[in-house]
Amino acid sequence: MPDLLLELFSEEIPARMQAKAADDLRRMVTDKLVAEGLVYEGAKAFATPRRLALTVHGIPARQPDLKSERRGPKIGAPDAAVQGFLKATGLKSLDEAKIQKDAKGDFYIALIEKPGRPAIDVIAEMIPVIIRTFPWPKSMRWGARSAKSGSLTWVRPLHSIIATFGLETEEPDVVKFAVDGIEAGQTTYGHRFMAPGAISVRRFEDYEAKLKAAKVILDPQARKDIILEDAKELAFAQGLELVEDQVLLDEVSGLVEWPVVMMGSFEKEFLSIPDEVIRATIRNNQKCFVVRDPKTGKLTNKFVLTANIEAPDGGKTIVAGNERVIRPRLSDAKFFYETDLKTRLEDRLPKFEQIVFHEKLGTQAERIKRIERLAAEIAPLVGADVEKTKRAARLAKADLLTEVVGEFPELQGLMGKYYALAQGEDASVAAASEEHWKPQGPTDRVPTDPVSVAVALADKLDTLAGFWAIDEKPTGSKDPYALRRAALGVIRIILENGLRLRLADICGPSFWQAATEKRAREVQNETKQPDGTESPRFTKFVVRVDTETFGRRSVPAGVVDLITFFADRLKVQLREQGARHDLVDAVFSTSPSPWWRADAARSAGKLDLIETAGSEAALDSNPPPEEEMQDDLLMVVRRVEALGKFLDSDDGKNLLAGTKRASNILAIEEKKDKRSFDGAPDAALYKLDEEKALAAAIDQVKAEASAAVAKEDFAAAMSAMAKLRPAVDAFFDKVKVNDDDPKVRENRLKLLNEIRAATRAVADFSRIEG
Amino acid sequence: MDALPDHMRPERSFQGFILALQRFWAEQGCVILQPYDMEMGAGTFHPATTLRALGPKPWNAAYVQPSRRPKDGRYGENPNRLQHYYQFQVIMKPSPPNLQELYLKSLAAIGIDAAVHDIRFVEDDWESPTLGAWGLGWECWCDGMEVSQFTYFQQVAGVECAPVAGELTYGLERLAMYVQGVDRVYDLNFNGREGAEKVTYGDVFLQAEQEYSRHNFEYADTAMLFEQFKMAEAACRKYLAAGWRDGSNMKEHLMALPAYDQCIKASHVFNLLDARGVISVTERQSYIGRVRDLAKACGEAWIHTETGRAV
Repeated sequence: MPDLLLELFSEEIPARMQAKAADDLRRMVTDKLVAEGLVYEGAKAFATPRRLALTVHGIPARQPDLKSERRGPKIGAPDAAVQGFLKATGLKSLDEAKIQKDAKGDFYIALIEKPGRPAIDVIAEMIPVIIRTFPWPKSMRWGARSAKSGSLTWVRPLHSIIATFGLETEEPDVVKFAVDGIEAGQTTYGHRFMAPGAISVRRFEDYEAKLKAAKVILDPQARKDIILEDAKELAFAQGLELVEDQVLLDEVSGLVEWPVVMMGSFEKEFLSIPDEVIRATIRNNQKCFVVRDPKTGKLTNKFVLTANIEAPDGGKTIVAGNERVIRPRLSDAKFFYETDLKTRLEDRLPKFEQIVFHEKLGTQAERIKRIERLAAEIAPLVGADVEKTKRAARLAKADLLTEVVGEFPELQGLMGKYYALAQGEDASVAAASEEHWKPQGPTDRVPTDPVSVAVALADKLDTLAGFWAIDEKPTGSKDPYALRRAALGVIRIILENGLRLRLADICGPSFWQAATEKRAREVQNETKQPDGTESPRFTKFVVRVDTETFGRRSVPAGVVDLITFFADRLKVQLREQGARHDLVDAVFSTSPSPWWRADAARSAGKLDLIETAGSEAALDSNPPPEEEMQDDLLMVVRRVEALGKFLDSDDGKNLLAGTKRASNILAIEEKKDKRSFDGAPDAALYKLDEEKALAAAIDQVKAEASAAVAKEDFAAAMSAMAKLRPAVDAFFDKVKVNDDDPKVRENRLKLLNEIRAATRAVADFSRIEG
Repeated sequence: MDALPDHMRPERSFQGFILALQRFWAEQGCVILQPYDMEMGAGTFHPATTLRALGPKPWNAAYVQPSRRPKDGRYGENPNRLQHYYQFQVIMKPSPPNLQELYLKSLAAIGIDAAVHDIRFVEDDWESPTLGAWGLGWECWCDGMEVSQFTYFQQVAGVECAPVAGELTYGLERLAMYVQGVDRVYDLNFNGREGAEKVTYGDVFLQAEQEYSRHNFEYADTAMLFEQFKMAEAACRKYLAAGWRDGSNMKEHLMALPAYDQCIKASHVFNLLDARGVISVTERQSYIGRVRDLAKACGEAWIHTETGRAV
């Protein structure tokens, strides 16, 4: 079967777009072929800086013929109906129609055959449409044709198109089409500098080979392999080791058609700059790799560049040129680094007073103070030294104002660590500069040093609480402040460090602090004297807030909402890890401690304080929702795990079936009687052994399960629960719940209710599916 | 080229370098203009680019434009940062199909042989928020160094380019330093002579860099500049309003160029104020927006002038 070769030859395509473009081209062409009934055998797409290419092999030469039948009028129908039928089906006379019998009589049937078209014609029609609708992230117009509207757009000017179609054994045909004046043909061009001449090609095999002869390596993977192998080899030859960098490799391979790898060097004095700064300089600005000494693991004064040509002087000029460019770059970096070292991190802090973090959340300086106070609150809960934590929180963001971070934002945190160590800070304090940003994404590691953990939690919680306080929560797909990521970060830090924390204990102060500060700013503006000075009322407000509020556990509705957000993020996280969502819900809906009730009452007093200082309450003091929830994340996760294991066992499955049955019967009877069957059953009313046995089992299981839960041994709680199963099974086997004696019936329903109550010690079984 | 005396060769003298570029582009059919007589941040501001890029009429031009970047002053102490430097600007409308080849030939004309150097076109989307302009193209690299900007204008002064113009901008000092093999801009040989006759870039510009750095960062009269900004803005609006023939029917404009001068002026005054550090981050956006509004209004006027409009 014939093959298709397609090449779109243009000016330089941005490296970052090439891989997706090749993929899009393959997908669009093959999807369309299939939609046209042309099922192909295989397809592969390629990209270089100047071309997208696609080979599709094993395409049928023609579309299959399509046959269909069309039912016409009855025999003897009026002439108008017959003529209409002939016209619609293209038959010349009724002689060409078949006659078919059915219950209603004899009908004319037309057999319509739609012959398949030659594939080459179909392709000639579809390619121009694909080119015109190609999904480049950004495309442009060019040249004289751009004077008119509707001219072709492409990522950069498109110069020529190859489209050939044919059998391996024959001279292929050119697929005849033109797009905005560019006629498809069989001509391409070689390397821009080394072989710029026109090349005539027939099919993919000679296309790829002729390009190679014209110094173009079509396959991006082949270019990557060459670059990586040659770069490693060059380093190895000098007893060194290439610092591999996949992202850079991808980019560099998209900047060359004929990779030529060479090594250059720079002055050794630049090695006094931290390795990461050297690497960022050479990588970001020059797209070159760096090289390390395998013995020390430190960078050496070499770099690896990838040129696009084989120069007659062996590349000497190119290497020398690159060295000349890298020198001033490193010289700048060294200057930045040394300048940075002259200023202590704490001396940079006043500048944060001028930098607005968010219009409604104050300056960076205010934010850093909040983080410091919060981190000090959290420190004892995570086993961190309070003084070190405060110091770490105060310094953690200072490197934002350094020259090196200004130049290379990706080194934020890391530079803070270097500068902190250089000025003699404690190792934990220094590490927190880098660690407190983590985790940056789902695959990033989490901090483990307690000081870093405290600062990282404080940083993220202040962000969350702040945006909660000003009601900038994520909605739908909009999350401009990456609050979901921050919440997930908190969750991972807690879980992966096995931390025992009540979310209320950490969210409460965060929220309270952010909300009072926000309110203070509002009061400050509202109460400003006509001459612009501060009102004594405001000063009074500040004193009261400072002395009375911070650190107390207040839980206004905003905090409940924030904790609910955490609960939702945890559910998402657990589901993504494969936990059943119904198990997560079942565990979340049980709660041994409605923790906020008492606190909400206490917080009311503080809301009054704000009322007196300002005109309206800053905090919403709506009562919390009725649904109860868990706020110790580690325990929630352990429960879900234990529950999952239990439900995989026969005991678990049967107990679940039993409790479901009990719940269903209860639901029906509760509805019938319009009452619930809470309360302890009366032992005197038990008539059957199975009733007594179940009651005894429930008492035993309740006690054992509660004891196990109290010890946080959820597996043991589940095992205890399993003991309920035979009694439940026997009860349903032998006992008729709806006894004729209404008192016995009521008592039995109360017993069923007890089963439900007993299982709630670990989870709400009614929420489990299955 | 063999007939050139040594002191005129592009790799020996800065002026020879500029002359070689001018000559090359003259041969491609460009009119060789002289610098515009106003202070501006980049060659793109020259009306020969900003305004002439608009409208359907063909236009090919090349010129040197002194570019003022008040914030980039370093008191003459940095080896390659200047508050005043030269850009060489080429604009061809519509963009010819072989513009990349022409560019590479121009490099050869100034002594950069693409057979021994590694020339690359690296993605760079160009956008000028003050001009309401954007385009797609590349930074052109020579052995890892950015030596030119290459842009296909898609929109200028808020107006879609139809047809599209191709724009090339060469950083002359940087390129000449590369070709001459010097590491400090002030060491560039300006006139190609040696010994007592030699004039360097430093001889010509070092004092100016020192003086203007003082001026830009320390002494530029900010009260006056704020006033000048307002005046230029008002004048631009006034000339635009007065330029419509037959009152306000918006069909034919007669004063787009003088109005645009005031837009250039406002832009430069803003750059000076910015260098003096008297414009806050939020105000900055607002000033840029005000200049852009002027540029857009000028673009709109221009496409209703004799030169700017369709046929």
